[in-house]
Amino acid sequence: MSFSLAVLIPLFLVLFFNLPFYKISGKIAVFIASLFCIVQAFSFFIPADASCPAIQSLVSYFMLDFQCDGISRLMLLTSAIVAFSAILVLYATEESDRKQFNFINLILLSLAGMNGLFFVRDVFSIYVFIEVISATSCILIAINKDKNSLEASFKYLIMSSVATVMMLASVAILFLVAGGTDFVTVSNMYQQYGGNILVMSAVVLFIAGLFIKGGIMPFHGWLPDTYSAGSAPVSVYIPGIVTKTLGIYTLIRLFYSVFGFNTAIQSILLIFASISIVFGAFAAINQNNFKRMLAYSSISQVGYIVLGFGAGTTFGVAAAIFHLFNHSVFKSLLFVNSAALEKQVNISDMSEMGGLASKMPVTSTTSVIAFLSTAGIPPLSGFWSKLMIILALWTADLKVYAVIAILASILTMTYFLIMQKKVFFGRLKEGFENVKEAPLAITFVSILLCAITVVVGLLFPFVLNGLINSAVSF
Amino acid sequence: MDSIYIHIILLALIIISSIFAVSYARVIRGAIILGIVSMLVSISLFLLSCPLAGIFELSVCSGLITVIFISVISLTLPPDEKQRKVNSVSMMKKMVLLVLLVLVCGFSLYMLDSKNITFVPLMQNVQESIDTRDNIWNLRHVDLIGQALILLTGLFAVVVLFKKDKNKDKK
Repeated sequence: MSFSLAVLIPLFLVLFFNLPFYKISGKIAVFIASLFCIVQAFSFFIPADASCPAIQSLVSYFMLDFQCDGISRLMLLTSAIVAFSAILVLYATEESDRKQFNFINLILLSLAGMNGLFFVRDVFSIYVFIEVISATSCILIAINKDKNSLEASFKYLIMSSVATVMMLASVAILFLVAGGTDFVTVSNMYQQYGGNILVMSAVVLFIAGLFIKGGIMPFHGWLPDTYSAGSAPVSVYIPGIVTKTLGIYTLIRLFYSVFGFNTAIQSILLIFASISIVFGAFAAINQNNFKRMLAYSSISQVGYIVLGFGAGTTFGVAAAIFHLFNHSVFKSLLFVNSAALEKQVNISDMSEMGGLASKMPVTSTTSVIAFLSTAGIPPLSGFWSKLMIILALWTADLKVYAVIAILASILTMTYFLIMQKKVFFGRLKEGFENVKEAPLAITFVSILLCAITVVVGLLFPFVLNGLINSAVSF
Repeated sequence: MDSIYIHIILLALIIISSIFAVSYARVIRGAIILGIVSMLVSISLFLLSCPLAGIFELSVCSGLITVIFISVISLTLPPDEKQRKVNSVSMMKKMVLLVLLVLVCGFSLYMLDSKNITFVPLMQNVQESIDTRDNIWNLRHVDLIGQALILLTGLFAVVVLFKKDKNKDKK
């Protein structure tokens, strides 16, 4: 019940910030929002049934019909970590008080929508909260109001609208057939009529909509522009959690809790995931822009999550959820590094950089850790989640896909080595003699995210038992 | 009131106004017609015994969203003469595309109909007994929170994207 607060608090905070009697500065808003993220992150460690009676009576007044399971709790933790990182990057990079204030309001609205999405168990409510997150993301991307950000926002708006129409049509068909939209009703209907062409078309429409939102190839057209054109905190927040929540978490939630698996759905997931992994990695190799390279890398890594999930077993779901958490952390770290470079060097073209490791040691070291984890090098967190994905595919007798996953790791290693060589290694390029390490807020976030990547990797047995097994019951 | 002709006339009006809403070169007219479309959809929903959907359509779409659309558009600059000419040419192209789209949809429906597909038996009298107020406050209260969030986001969109930065203007 107390998880309703994860939706209500950010909503009330936005209302409180905007009351007409007084004016709150951007810095105070940043502080309060950061505090909320910390509390949200720690709520992961509080048992679901433990709640203060006073809070229970307060929340019961609103009667929010939310349900919380292990996956919801893990997503709650992930979104809090990424939002906290984005807020600190905002504090370090944005000087305008008004912009800080607006950004915080939008991020709180987005968090409320996201937390709602984690707890609802109704396909129409899922659609409503997806729209909340999409709308806030659209404005966040355009917040700089320059040509690139407005163009990226427009692309996102158009693609997102197409996805929305697909999902709404799917919800309408499901409602028409099942007579209700809650998970139990739709699931019962699906057990009975799952093979029917109308029901199948509804499921495929929903998957297509989610693939667009998640940036799975070939529905990824909007993603590189969006990731590269947004301001620094937006570039941390949207790739870090938004696309993963909209596309991947919703996909996992729907198939884990409502539809279940059949061979047709499994084939769709595995084929699109493999295309994403391979083509995303190849596209990343050819990029010169730091953020665009990370964007294509995200497409490839999201493919891994879908591939693990596509194994169709409980172990596969656990692997997918674990990689989702890990990828959110180390990809946020890489985007924080790109924000540090943008702030200190003011260039995003990698061919114009070089030798920055000596000038920016924290950014350089943390980016090496993040890329090693992305490539699946032991003992970092990315290694374990990729190993789980490969094992899930192997045990489900999907050996070809397991081999694709292994080989694509070499591609991941390739494009990250190219990035490290161009940006941090080699001789220092002219004009960079006076470059300094990024501001304290950014280096603090980098070290925090780096520590999570290392600690989760080193304490994997405990993480598996405490975090993953509790999220997905074996 | 249950005459089938009313439904057909309403449906035709909805389709025609929707086509005009998306094909008008002047966005302010498009936004106003969009409001009319929402109003017609609300009437249709009321006549089809779906008061809940009708209320939402009327309050959110034809009310608040249209007001936000019109206020946003009013803050933007109108097109010049040259732009208007370009827009009128592109409107003709849109019309041709719309006719093509209608033909493709019609053909697809005809083909589907001739395939003799077995459809799932539809649920009858869904939630007929539930009162509208009960539906909004007890069954769909979570969606109300979502809608409140979307409306707040819309307001912030206006503030963030269209409000002039005073400091920038001073510079």
